[in-house]
Amino acid sequence: MSATTSAAVTSYSLKMKNVKLRRVIIAGVVNFWRNGWVSLAAALVMVLALFMIGSLLFSNVLLTSALSRIEEQVDISVYFSADAAEEEILNVRNALSQLPQVESAVYVSKEEALEKFRARHSANALITQSIDELGNNPLQASLNVRAKSPDQYEVIARFLEAGAYSSLIDKINFFQNQVVIERLSSVLAAARAAGLGVTLVLSLIAMLVVFNTIRLAIYTSRDEISVMRLVGASRRYVRGPFVIEGVLYGVFSAIITMVIFYPVTLWLGPATERFFGGPNIFQYYLSNFIQIFLLLLAVGIAIGVLSSSVAIRRYLKI
Amino acid sequence: MIYFDKVSKIYSPTSAAVEDVTFTIEPKEFVSMVGHSGAGKTTLLKLLLAEERPTSGKVFFESIDVHRASRDELPQIRRRIGSIFQDFRLLPQKTAYENIAFAMEAAENTDEEIANDVPQALELVGLVGKAHHFPHELSGGEKQRVAIARAFVNRPDVILADEPTGNLDPINTREIIGLLKKINNLGTTVVLATHNYDIVNSLERRVITLEKGRIVRDDKRGRYVI
Repeated sequence: MSATTSAAVTSYSLKMKNVKLRRVIIAGVVNFWRNGWVSLAAALVMVLALFMIGSLLFSNVLLTSALSRIEEQVDISVYFSADAAEEEILNVRNALSQLPQVESAVYVSKEEALEKFRARHSANALITQSIDELGNNPLQASLNVRAKSPDQYEVIARFLEAGAYSSLIDKINFFQNQVVIERLSSVLAAARAAGLGVTLVLSLIAMLVVFNTIRLAIYTSRDEISVMRLVGASRRYVRGPFVIEGVLYGVFSAIITMVIFYPVTLWLGPATERFFGGPNIFQYYLSNFIQIFLLLLAVGIAIGVLSSSVAIRRYLKI
Repeated sequence: MIYFDKVSKIYSPTSAAVEDVTFTIEPKEFVSMVGHSGAGKTTLLKLLLAEERPTSGKVFFESIDVHRASRDELPQIRRRIGSIFQDFRLLPQKTAYENIAFAMEAAENTDEEIANDVPQALELVGLVGKAHHFPHELSGGEKQRVAIARAFVNRPDVILADEPTGNLDPINTREIIGLLKKINNLGTTVVLATHNYDIVNSLERRVITLEKGRIVRDDKRGRYVI
């Protein structure tokens, strides 16, 4: 008997929980709708925040692809003296490949170098003619060495300079490019750090603005909140609809932001492709549509719910 | 049922809103609290609702010290006390029906109970035709009647009315007091704070007179005498 009663009580309280949840959601949606202008203002401020976060995402994609392109183009060439035998050069290559810092080391023979040179200047009759005139191959055999990261070229260069192979080597163009390479790698590092810092600071500012807007929206409802409390509503029951409104701000702003990004990326796409040589951001927007939307949705809902819950706390104390 | 035990509420050292107040209210009583503005009537009601905390003393609702009630207990107590205010305090974004239904939702009533009781409450206060009007579409008297329906719909043990007729004309005043009497006749305790002579004198019920935060008179069938 008591078992059935307690089962009935449990099922009743479970049912009541569902009923409460439904009421809270309905109240939140209705409030969002009836507070039209306030909701719109809060959602639009959040659109600004999400737009900024989205823009940072896009610019990060462009920056990263531009940086990796630049990094790929950095390498050093080791030129060997004319009397170095091919076997010895291949030995150097093998030794280099063993180094943990080296990504790749490619051998370019004298003949290949000449072929490339001819191909590059095939349009220039004067150069081709002078090469033919010269009779023998004036170019040197070389190794193109690529490091895993730009700041490791110096180690590689020192290895070659100091090692047993130094007698074979005519010159290493690292020391000619050293200043440029070092500056580039420090610029890359700084750009990354600055990008991250700016992202964090701007996102923080945007979130504070959103938080204040939602706080203001809740401030206008403070009398209602106290009435609800005095009528006997529990804290959670009063807070619920405001949290739902926070969720709705997030959902609507994420949708609006995605809609705004369509023409913006369409317009900027070709320009960014030309300037950064990176992916077309409109293509990126289309192919990552769902991921970007989910990210903005998650950020928007998180900011909305957090702001609402924090902002309402002081008015619930009654 | 309601017991104030040596309650003081001091906002600043020079002015005490309520000082050393002790009284008891029995079930089914209709008590008027009278006194000038600032005599402490509203403060006493706020103390009972735990809207304010006393500086010293205790306030009991039945056997519960309302200022020591837990987070979960306090809403339970408030559901048993219906409140009516001079400025109505309806929820502006909700219709008359929804305002009344909100009190029932907050008290965790089922949908069936709400659908059944809210129309009854509207009928009691004579506002069936205005169920779906928003507060700003109602007159002062109508708003106060919605507020009474909201206070009464959970069948509370007590109704606290703080100057309920302060913003109303004599005809509406008479109607509101009539409703309170009707609710009292149904068995609900009513505590009415007012400074309206005519109401108090026509009621011929218990009158507690406050002056500068202290009880100066407590008459079983009192009149407004200050």
